[in-house]
Amino acid sequence: MSVGAPTVRLPGIAPLLLTAAVAVMGGLIILPLLAVFHDAFAKGLSVFLSSLKEPDAQAAIRLTLLVAAISVPLNAVFGVASAWAIAKFEFKGKSLLLTLIDLPFSISPVVSGLVWVLLFGAQGYFGEWLLDRDIKIIFALPGLVLATILVTFPFVARELIPLMQDQGSDEEAAALTLGASGFTTFWKITLPNIRWALLYGVLLCNARAMGEFGAVSVVSGHIRGETTTLPLHVEVLYNDYDFVGAFAAASVLASLGLSPLVLKTILEWRHSGELAASRRH
Amino acid sequence: MNSQPAGDTDTSRDALEIRGISKAFGRFPALKNVSLKARDKEFLALLGPSGSGKTTLLRVLAGLETPDSGEVRFDDEDFLSLPVRRRKVGMVFQHYALFRHMTVAQNIAFGLNVRPRSERPSKSEVADRVAHLLSLVQLEGLQKRFPSQLSGGQRQRVALARALAIEPRMLLLDEPFGALDAQVRRDLRRWLRELHDRAGVTTVFVTHDQEEALDLADRVAILKDGELVQLGAPSELYEAPANPFVYDFLGAACRLPGEVAEGRLRIADWETAAPKGAPQGKVEIFFRPDEVAFAPADGAGLAAEVRGAAARGPKVRVDCLIEGRLMELEVHGRDAPAGVAPGLALRVKPLRPKVYPATA
Repeated sequence: MSVGAPTVRLPGIAPLLLTAAVAVMGGLIILPLLAVFHDAFAKGLSVFLSSLKEPDAQAAIRLTLLVAAISVPLNAVFGVASAWAIAKFEFKGKSLLLTLIDLPFSISPVVSGLVWVLLFGAQGYFGEWLLDRDIKIIFALPGLVLATILVTFPFVARELIPLMQDQGSDEEAAALTLGASGFTTFWKITLPNIRWALLYGVLLCNARAMGEFGAVSVVSGHIRGETTTLPLHVEVLYNDYDFVGAFAAASVLASLGLSPLVLKTILEWRHSGELAASRRH
Repeated sequence: MNSQPAGDTDTSRDALEIRGISKAFGRFPALKNVSLKARDKEFLALLGPSGSGKTTLLRVLAGLETPDSGEVRFDDEDFLSLPVRRRKVGMVFQHYALFRHMTVAQNIAFGLNVRPRSERPSKSEVADRVAHLLSLVQLEGLQKRFPSQLSGGQRQRVALARALAIEPRMLLLDEPFGALDAQVRRDLRRWLRELHDRAGVTTVFVTHDQEEALDLADRVAILKDGELVQLGAPSELYEAPANPFVYDFLGAACRLPGEVAEGRLRIADWETAAPKGAPQGKVEIFFRPDEVAFAPADGAGLAAEVRGAAARGPKVRVDCLIEGRLMELEVHGRDAPAGVAPGLALRVKPLRPKVYPATA
């Protein structure tokens, strides 16, 4: 709908706002990002590379990728399911569900981490039970995944809900009357209609999953080479006054977050015609 | 008015039978005990103002809503026990609901391609069928377009072709012309009627436009507040509206209070023979603003004072004050009273007044 809409120029205001936007973007986003890469390479490429070859750094990268690889697909499924339920059905408690989805955005990630400690920590409600069965959640991979899932839960759902509400359920209804099964309808109608928003939600969710610090910090226990993810690794190195190492790890982290966004931009650019067509309808 | 020959549908059997359908959304009753039948190959209109339950009834027929009580039978089969996908009804949605990520051809072929493998036509058969349907809806050459690249009228025809592709047992149309402009609307109306007659499918369509319903349908069911008010051929409805609501809904209406006693109808100082079957006592008189005759001030009829007159194409609109009510009457130019101008006193005689008991 908004595609191709005529633009309105507000004389005098437009250059002002534009300058402000560029200044904020440059000062608060581009400049720090450049600083990260600058400091990472401050002592040359070899120091940069060797700091990344450290076993602890390698382990942190692997762990971060693993946590993201588990939590992002799960959140994609949860997100599609909850957005579907909210956008296409009327039921009691719908607004409550909407609020719950937003909850991770509104509470501090530290709290999101702490709830898992309260539940599964040694002194937690299920702590003893887990200890008896030798199941480790806190200070281990499951805890990191749980904390990440909780914090990144809203991204996919939030991206999908307005779109799916806007699209309504007429197309699904049409598919059903034409003889399609529920599964076919979801696969051939619902999913293609939301694929771009889903992709965007997944990318944002992924960036946040890899970058999450607060919640993960609480449940990690900071065991070097075992439960330190990349953001935690950065902090550890920084506190050790290993600035090049810290910035090298930070630059890897930034790249992990940036590259999917670049990928998305390229995809959008290549499919722009189709994208516009599906939005305008 | 309706000019369709109703001969061959009159004698045929009932295909669709709706019995005692009720449906409530929360505490709001959308349908209250609605029963009606549609004949085989009939073109049936569900007409009513918004909120009358007509679209809900259509969605019940499609299987998209489940009624709280009642029964729907089609060809003597219990329709309500069939899931949507097994009913084989072709539905055209108000906003067409075309699959936006598919081309026109893919949209039309969808119903064929989702069939179980054993019943699915081969690729070339599907292509043939799509080509045939495209020519039927006069959209040859547009098969590779996406819905967003089509005009409203073209989208509507794609939706129709898609619905016809599954060889539906019944065609359901929800406000099929609702989103189109007036000229396209009239063209498509004729075309749709012809298409229906050629395809020979029982068709139920929902509209809030009385002109459309009267012009298109074999029979019209009028709904109000979830209840069936009247069902009949367009001419029956227009000639004998069951109550003031139907009278009002089917066209412009003028109304006046009056009284019936001993076979005479009295409106203000004018008296005439009461129409056959008119109720006794206090009544309300309805007449169409274009079904009147004018007479000089000393003639017979309702005393009226002209407030304005304007030629509107072949017709003349005469605004008259009758019994303290301003009425916008309409006559053909040649029937306009001589010297019509604001301030002129004359008499107005309703030619075919309808009389209903006065509501308290």
